Amino acid sequence: MTKTIAKTLTDTRPIRLKGRSFLALVLSPELPFTNWLERLDDLAARSTGFFLGRPIVLDLEGLDITQADLKELLGELGERGVRVMGLEGARGSLIGANMPPLMKGGRPAGDIEPEPNPAPTAEAAAAAPAQEKKPEPRVEPQRQASSIVITEPVRSGQSIIFPEGDVTILGSVASGAEIVAGGSIHIYGTLRGRALAGSVGNASARIFCRKLEAELLAIDGLYKMPDDMDPNHRGQPVVVWLEGDTIKAEKLA
Amino acid sequence: MAKVIVVTSGKGGVGKTTSTAALGAALAQRGEKTVVVDFDVGLRNLDLVMGAERRVVYDLINVVQGDAKLNQALIRDKRLETLHLLPASQTRDKDNLTAEGVEMVIDELRKSFDWIICDSPAGIERGATLAMRHADTAVVVTNPEVSSVRDSDRIIGLLDAKTKKAENGERMEKHLLLTRYDPNRAERGDMLKVDDVLEILSIPLLGIIPESMDVLRASNLGAPVTLNDAACAPALAYRDAARRLAGEQVPMTIPGERRGFMNKLFGRRAA
Repeated sequence: MTKTIAKTLTDTRPIRLKGRSFLALVLSPELPFTNWLERLDDLAARSTGFFLGRPIVLDLEGLDITQADLKELLGELGERGVRVMGLEGARGSLIGANMPPLMKGGRPAGDIEPEPNPAPTAEAAAAAPAQEKKPEPRVEPQRQASSIVITEPVRSGQSIIFPEGDVTILGSVASGAEIVAGGSIHIYGTLRGRALAGSVGNASARIFCRKLEAELLAIDGLYKMPDDMDPNHRGQPVVVWLEGDTIKAEKLA
Repeated sequence: MAKVIVVTSGKGGVGKTTSTAALGAALAQRGEKTVVVDFDVGLRNLDLVMGAERRVVYDLINVVQGDAKLNQALIRDKRLETLHLLPASQTRDKDNLTAEGVEMVIDELRKSFDWIICDSPAGIERGATLAMRHADTAVVVTNPEVSSVRDSDRIIGLLDAKTKKAENGERMEKHLLLTRYDPNRAERGDMLKVDDVLEILSIPLLGIIPESMDVLRASNLGAPVTLNDAACAPALAYRDAARRLAGEQVPMTIPGERRGFMNKLFGRRAA
């Protein structure tokens, strides 16, 4: 006999979900794998511990392999201390139950050449950000674009996702549209859709809009629905910010 | 130079087909060679509204697949010799439309027509995206109510992303055609006001078509409303819209505005 027990939640605090972006190394294996693994061993021998502790994404784009092949490859890599955190460019059917998940929407961040000599220590390799490995001086593109300006209205069904910083919209954000910013969101129009500021863990991010009709407001993973909003703020110019774990809003003068 | 226009909306039942037929007939009445193209493969209606359902031999799919020549599929209107119809297939589905095939048909139509008006199916899938793909100008048909407005907003987003013009970095010209506008209901607040719709969609207004029995009557008779009764209110509104489409400056009238004014007078006297 089985008895079902009705569970009652005593703690009703919302679960916090946040977006973060990390820089990962992407390895692109080539067929035949035995040959490619040999070359990988050679590279590892020249720069000891290069892969040690680094998050690695395996790019399987264009490879004609079976699930068994992939499993074997993952095993081989595991033996070499390469920790695969995700797979890219693979068919869904290729990925077995215990394999790393499929990753999508990766953006290029320049090739990385492992330094052959002197070999960095394992600790240093794990701690140093990958960009510093580049010998030639390089302007950091991510630093340059710490804010974007959208000059068009954002239409229903469109999302503007900018984890690098602030988003400014010179127009309205329609019902069914969403803005996700790592920093603050400024809307010089009516906000009818969703605005998610500080999406990469920035509690000091704010949302500004000329007219508040939002479907959802969120800062640093905490969100507020229209029903929880002060009805006096509806249709008003409003600034929204985070104080501790509460979302505050105030009419702009 | 030929101009390709897509009549689109996202939502169904807002008046795309009626508007395609009415605008097409109004442009043809100006003496410009016009073809209306039905992209609603599998659910074709434009032939009915044009009164040509018994004259369909070959259709768009036959032309796209090379089974028939374009001239064999084109149906010339019996009332207006400048007006033509390229019907959709009723027995096939939208998967039979290919991007290359549609491009070929549109390119060929451009050679012999001044206006090519494409009646888009509802939705945002293949049929709708192919209908808008080669357009120069879009007429977004919207009813003054929230779901239609939101769907139109979505379509405007797609017009700026998924069309040939957008891919070439050019701007697609977009016009709002507000249909089924009922001044009485708008007055009572049962309907979005013209300004509200314009504020949300922020594209220029091409015309306001009043809700009218004349539209339904014309459809049932198989005639574009602009041909059936050229003097009725919706026909006049469509004709003005067609003139604006052709680049003429025509002052905009909001249906029922004068009546609203009379009501105010009346109300004041009663008070």
